[in-house]
Amino acid sequence: MRPLTLEKHPVLGGIVRYSPLLLLAAAWEASSRLGLVNEYALPPLSTVLVAWFQFLKDPSFYYHAGMSLMRAATGLSLAIVLGVTLGISMASFRWVEATFGPIVQMFYPMPKSALIPLTILWFGLGHLSKIFLIFLGCLLPMTLSSFNGARGTDKVLLWSASSLGASRWNRIRDVVFPASLPSIMAGMRTALALAFVLFVSSELIIANEGLGYLIRMTGDGGQYPAMFAVVLTVVSMGFLADRLLIAITHRVLRWRA
Amino acid sequence: MARLNVAWLKRLLPIIGLLVIWQAVAASHVTSAFLLPSVVTVAERVWSDIASGTLAGKVGLTLYRALAGFLIATVAGVTVGLSMSILPVVRWFFDPLISVGFPTPKIALLPIFMLWLGLGDETKIAMITFACFFAITTNAYAGALGVERAFIWSAQMLGASRRQILTDIILPAATPQILTGMQIALPVSLISTLVTEMIMGGGGLGGGLLEASRYADSPGVFAAIVEIAAAGAIVINVMFALRKRLLRWHEETQTRDQ
Repeated sequence: MRPLTLEKHPVLGGIVRYSPLLLLAAAWEASSRLGLVNEYALPPLSTVLVAWFQFLKDPSFYYHAGMSLMRAATGLSLAIVLGVTLGISMASFRWVEATFGPIVQMFYPMPKSALIPLTILWFGLGHLSKIFLIFLGCLLPMTLSSFNGARGTDKVLLWSASSLGASRWNRIRDVVFPASLPSIMAGMRTALALAFVLFVSSELIIANEGLGYLIRMTGDGGQYPAMFAVVLTVVSMGFLADRLLIAITHRVLRWRA
Repeated sequence: MARLNVAWLKRLLPIIGLLVIWQAVAASHVTSAFLLPSVVTVAERVWSDIASGTLAGKVGLTLYRALAGFLIATVAGVTVGLSMSILPVVRWFFDPLISVGFPTPKIALLPIFMLWLGLGDETKIAMITFACFFAITTNAYAGALGVERAFIWSAQMLGASRRQILTDIILPAATPQILTGMQIALPVSLISTLVTEMIMGGGGLGGGLLEASRYADSPGVFAAIVEIAAAGAIVINVMFALRKRLLRWHEETQTRDQ
């Protein structure tokens, strides 16, 4: 019975749940310290953490992180606004669906990372190429999830709204939009993950700033503890952003039972 | 049939419209031929890639890498996912790893894989496997948890062994969800393959694309994007058809066909 009570404890329960991660961290430290693996190939976790704390004192680290986050956030926000508008319009107006439906369908399966060289061709190496890439990549999942959500709106709700005298615009704003929110939030989770993948990939391939660039630069310079520290930073940022979005989703969808 | 063709034509119209606009903008000198080569130029390039056989070589290399990683991830993911549903130790170990690993950008680990495995195909395939593993595992696990308990109890009552319950009850019942995981992982495998090829070189569609962009060969960049989009659409539709075929016995396919 003891493990059961442990699991319910707010702090100890977390430690029990995440103990495999701690075990892996210990195995990482030990295998490197005991010389089981090459220290260059896998610097000890403690060395990586030291490198990470040094980064925390380094203003250029915040600059690169800020650049990456700004690009991801701008591209993602634009994609959310336009994707939700387009998706709900497609579900509400037949001609919008007839015009954009086939185009969305055609581009949806396309591997978005293929657009990296195109955005560089058009916008060079700076912010604009990355923002545009993230915007384009996230636009399709946002459009499709809003479209699917809006299309699934309960017809009875729409009829009731009409019979109560709601205009078309009122129906979209007060019935269709809330009804599609669960699907929109699910699409946002996909888009968020994609935004991270795209900013890291594009900055790894070619860029002059950003965390992906920093990974590449430290790796090329043989500063492996620093490289591991940046990789861990990116991975934890992706994890935290996802958790934050889940928390927001719960709050936004509170009105659903 | 005739009505179907009309519907098809209507779906094609916006795409033809898009091509017409592209051609008109390219011809109008609003932009340069470098920023937007004409549809005809790009089509000619795609055609010459097909005729010379270079496209087949690139597609073959990219698909080999993508599918190798995807298939290894499927075997590993299904094994781990199903084991998590019946063995508490496996669940204890993998649950936190997956909940942390699932939402993170796996591609950021590519430089670490390069450090460990070098610059060859092993690194690419390992990266693709790692990127695909999480989606397949979570779906296999969820699918196995969703198996109706009564099926398992009935099999136990009829004397089925643990192994038989796994292969004859849990695996088939979890198949729809496993296929969903595979459908999520397949585009991930293509995206990861392209990025690894663009970063590490070594040919393939991604290698060709980056080379065209390095030489500022803009028709080459556009042609490569068209080729990649086509290859992606084919692979994903084959997977969709495979799902329908594998799930012929399942109510999902039967209701959809009616």
